[in-house]
Amino acid sequence: MLDNSPYFRQPASVRSVMLRVLLALLPGIAAYVWFFGAAILVQIALASVAALAGEAAVLALRDKPVWLFVSDGSALVTAWLVALSLPPITPWWMVVVATLIAIVVVKHLYGGLGQNPFNPAMAAFCIMIVAYPQLMSQWPAAGHHASFAAQWQLIFGGARTLVELDAVTMATALDTLRTALHAAESKATVAGVLGSQPTFGTFGGRGWEWVAAGYLLGGLWLIQQRIITWHIPVAFVATLALAAGLANFIAPDRHAGAMLHLFAGGAMLGAFFIATDPVSGATTPRGKLVYAAGIALITWIIRAFGAYPDGIAFATLLMNICAPLIDLYTQPPVFGHKTDAAART
Amino acid sequence: MLRKLFNFNGGVKPAYHKEASTTQPIADFHAVAPMPAEFVIPLHQSIGGMPHPLVTAGETVKKGQLIGGPDGYVSSAVHASTSGRVKAVEMRLMPHTSGLSALCVVIEPDGRDEWIERAPVPWHSMAPDEVRDAVRDAGLVGLGGAVFPSHLKVNPGRKGKLDTLVINGAECEPFITCDDMQMRERPDAIVRGAAIMRDLTLAGQVLIGIEDNKPEAIAAMQAAVSATGAARIEIVAIPTRYPAGGAKQLIRVLTGIEVPHGKRSTDYGVQCFNTGTIYGIYEALELGQPLISRIVTVAGNVERPRNFEVRFGTPMQDVIAQCGPKPDTDRIIMGGPMMGYAMPSADVPVVKATNCILVGSQALFPPPPPEMPCIRCGECAKACPADLQPFEMYWFARAKIFGKAQEYHLFDCIECGCCAYVCPSRIPLVDYYRFAKSEIWARENEKSAADEARERYEFRMAREEREKQERAAKLAAKAAETKAKQAAAAAAAAAPVDKLALIAAAQERARQQAAAPQNTGNLTPEQQAQVAAAEARRAQALQNEGTD
Repeated sequence: MLDNSPYFRQPASVRSVMLRVLLALLPGIAAYVWFFGAAILVQIALASVAALAGEAAVLALRDKPVWLFVSDGSALVTAWLVALSLPPITPWWMVVVATLIAIVVVKHLYGGLGQNPFNPAMAAFCIMIVAYPQLMSQWPAAGHHASFAAQWQLIFGGARTLVELDAVTMATALDTLRTALHAAESKATVAGVLGSQPTFGTFGGRGWEWVAAGYLLGGLWLIQQRIITWHIPVAFVATLALAAGLANFIAPDRHAGAMLHLFAGGAMLGAFFIATDPVSGATTPRGKLVYAAGIALITWIIRAFGAYPDGIAFATLLMNICAPLIDLYTQPPVFGHKTDAAART
Repeated sequence: MLRKLFNFNGGVKPAYHKEASTTQPIADFHAVAPMPAEFVIPLHQSIGGMPHPLVTAGETVKKGQLIGGPDGYVSSAVHASTSGRVKAVEMRLMPHTSGLSALCVVIEPDGRDEWIERAPVPWHSMAPDEVRDAVRDAGLVGLGGAVFPSHLKVNPGRKGKLDTLVINGAECEPFITCDDMQMRERPDAIVRGAAIMRDLTLAGQVLIGIEDNKPEAIAAMQAAVSATGAARIEIVAIPTRYPAGGAKQLIRVLTGIEVPHGKRSTDYGVQCFNTGTIYGIYEALELGQPLISRIVTVAGNVERPRNFEVRFGTPMQDVIAQCGPKPDTDRIIMGGPMMGYAMPSADVPVVKATNCILVGSQALFPPPPPEMPCIRCGECAKACPADLQPFEMYWFARAKIFGKAQEYHLFDCIECGCCAYVCPSRIPLVDYYRFAKSEIWARENEKSAADEARERYEFRMAREEREKQERAAKLAAKAAETKAKQAAAAAAAAAPVDKLALIAAAQERARQQAAAPQNTGNLTPEQQAQVAAAEARRAQALQNEGTD
């Protein structure tokens, strides 16, 4: 052990950072349970157990101190984000497989905590949506969701019939909009779709808008706690709003407005909890702006023109690749090397 | 008048722990404690060349007598702390983490504590160079902890005058209160010293920056400025935030100027001195008293934290003993908790750099929790007062990619410790930077040594080649000459008629040679001696070249 200055330190730890991130997710989760039932809690529990078990196993294999790392809370954050990204009524093994991919493959095969170039939760989400597109699109309907017993049956019950599913699921707002607008020779307009479908709420996806509001609340608390800086959420929200707003202004029939984009799908979760992952993201102040704007812009492009209803996960991975380059070109000026410092003298 | 202050980025606000050692006034250590059995005075107490010893074992010295002569321009003098007998000039353990020893003058006090003759230095009427020599010979170095020889800074710089002379009374490190107490108790001398330095550096204004957590010091200094009527000297309260007392940070706060790494602050019209140094300047020039003591804070794990005026060479353990160290004491730190060094033993002497003796324990400075991997959270970058990206430098230092670490401005790091202080992964970041810097220095030394060796080798190869060619040319010339002679002889034998003509030609050549001026003839004896000396030097040079 080195005994050099500084001899005392701020009482900060990775664990306290991670625990506060988990706390910040609670308002969103509360809204989730309110509108879509307690199934999400089952999924979060499954993911947590899978993450901790997977993390412990790999740490043991890698001869790393198991308790030190398992207790740092980072695996739980990944687990919760995986669970919150997947539909809450998917079979139990889906969330377990996704979490294990996130922890074992995306995090530990790249070197573990602090080393992974890709956001583990988002990489797992992408693999799952490519591998199981159908299971990944069965989202519960807001309000008249199934009872907890029925949800439990859906998660653990094995075979699911379409009839069962149809009664309790509903296409998400973004999916509905995309399907309607992209259909061949579609005459549908945004206003028409919005007005005719129960999946839309007051300003976002029905039910989902309040979940997003919960994430927004938790995210603002994270900024207040100085866990994250304002750069990434602000750049993300501003870029998505600007892109959607501009497209909506130019072609109001073909493109939904800013509010729908921000309060449907994973925009708020992405802005405050996904893009802000410091390990896989850009870290310089200017770099964070570029990085988050990139994710938001790619997300909007995928949503507006792509084959998938939402694009946060793909956009995040694409920008993860660019993060080191963005950091390299956005290094902040060092003390005394600022150009205006010379001008002052 | 409310002065516009500037801001530096980053910094931290640790618990300051400054109250405990400010309840008692400064005590003259040698008045309250028995004389130490011996003073161990290291010769090397400043940045730069190591002063050479001017005394030998057995000699008697007086208090304030020069015992170490400065070695070159970047060096400073060292003086006897009391009168007595020189016991030895030998290697002793230094107050440094390395545990290395260095040459010290060991003085056995005679108890009379007898001063040398002291006389004020007439600095008003002296040339700047003479004043600088006087400051150097008084042994003045930066007492904030950097111990840079002060005479090098008594200089208005290339512009010919300073815009601003900054006096550093910020004292931002936790626990340390020596400057605070000195400003409270001896403000007049500091203000007079500041006025002297203002005149020596032709400074337009003097700004004395003090962190606003020292209201007593600020009030005392303001009163002293009013009382002495010193012109163009202003006391400026600055926000308390570590490391506001870093010279560059303080200059930035007071003037808005950012002095880049590797540049002189005088190029920007600014110079910065610590208040303790300024006090020393006053004593040296106005009283003719060399630097033989300083104010030392003893704080931390002791019953009675306090400030003492301690002579250099006093063993730290003697000083600590006066303050009642608690039984769980496990280490002695020189300096503050942010930038201090752990001492190899409590036996080491107090030196010019000893602003604080911080007594530590497991309870006060618990060992850091296990190091976790960096999660790039960026807390360190937010805290860095040099606007660096510490986690990037850590990454490259750890991977031993030192070139990259340098590209991320490793050498702009002032090792203030803010990054390590805030790191949630408890990575000892500063250790990585110290390691990377020392590796880079070692490699540069190795490289320059290798370059020299290569140059020597190449020079020798070139010389040998040249000599070989010269020998070959000589041989060839000789051969050609012989050949020509033989040819001439053969020709003469063949054509005797031409012989007369040849003789005539030879006679003509001889006549011309005799007429040509001889540059070594008709010389005076002095000139001949010079020529002989030159010849000797040439011979010597040739010989040297041969042995190389």
